[in-house]
Amino acid sequence: MDLEIIKTIPLEHYIYFSTALFCIGIIGVLMRRNALIMFMCVELMLNATNLLLTAFSAYNGDASGQVFVFFIMVVAAAEVAVGLAIVVMIYRNSRSTDIGLLSKLKW
Amino acid sequence: MYNALIMPVLADKIFYFLTFVALLSALLVVFSKKPMHSVLFLIITFFCLSGHYVLLNAQFLAAVNIIVYAGAIMVLFLFTIMFLNLKNEEEDKRSAITQIIATVSGGTLLVLMVAVLRQTEMNLVANREPISNVGLVESLGKVLFRDYLLPFELASVLFLAAMVGAVMLGKRDPGDKVI
Repeated sequence: MDLEIIKTIPLEHYIYFSTALFCIGIIGVLMRRNALIMFMCVELMLNATNLLLTAFSAYNGDASGQVFVFFIMVVAAAEVAVGLAIVVMIYRNSRSTDIGLLSKLKW
Repeated sequence: MYNALIMPVLADKIFYFLTFVALLSALLVVFSKKPMHSVLFLIITFFCLSGHYVLLNAQFLAAVNIIVYAGAIMVLFLFTIMFLNLKNEEEDKRSAITQIIATVSGGTLLVLMVAVLRQTEMNLVANREPISNVGLVESLGKVLFRDYLLPFELASVLFLAAMVGAVMLGKRDPGDKVI
């Protein structure tokens, strides 16, 4: 009945992997200026969370975690649809996807 | 149900291989110059994560991850990049000091999290016996439509709102200039 991966790989490895993936996403959001790449890094962070929830769910034998992953995917799809529409609108007005141009929203 | 896809001996090797490829392509997403390359590396990352889901016997999530993320969302990204004709982004990078600060803060978070997690004792696994058929469609569908029916229906409202929002934002007014 048991899963082979649960016996061979400790849960901590999944946690470290998810943490590393999340931090790479954070570095990407902070480092890049292209709005599209920042969106991709946000997706990376969401996926790190998804993997962590799935690992906890599988190791704990509780299906609720995987249902939450499903809802995170739903929210991510909605977020990307609206976000990319905003990026296209920004490009239409300023001919660039550089978010530095949006600093004029301050005043 | 035993996960027949994975040989017992190979399970850890597959895990470390997928982890390595996922982290490498995630780094390449951040550091590659062209947005198109970033999208392709992100797709590789998503496939590796789907492999992780298969290893964890979450077959439903593996399929949904491929269909929704690698299929729908990445196609949307590719469509936008080709639509906007973003080719070379040479001046995309921020100034050197901002890059250093970004890397240092991200790396600090990683070191802190790992240091904290090493101190933590996680004995929640010992409480319950791991059941391997949790991630299959049958059990997941029962939980989704029995315990989480209301959130499931509310998600459709969220989708409707997102759809209306995307159409409203993307709509071109008569006076706008054509791209």
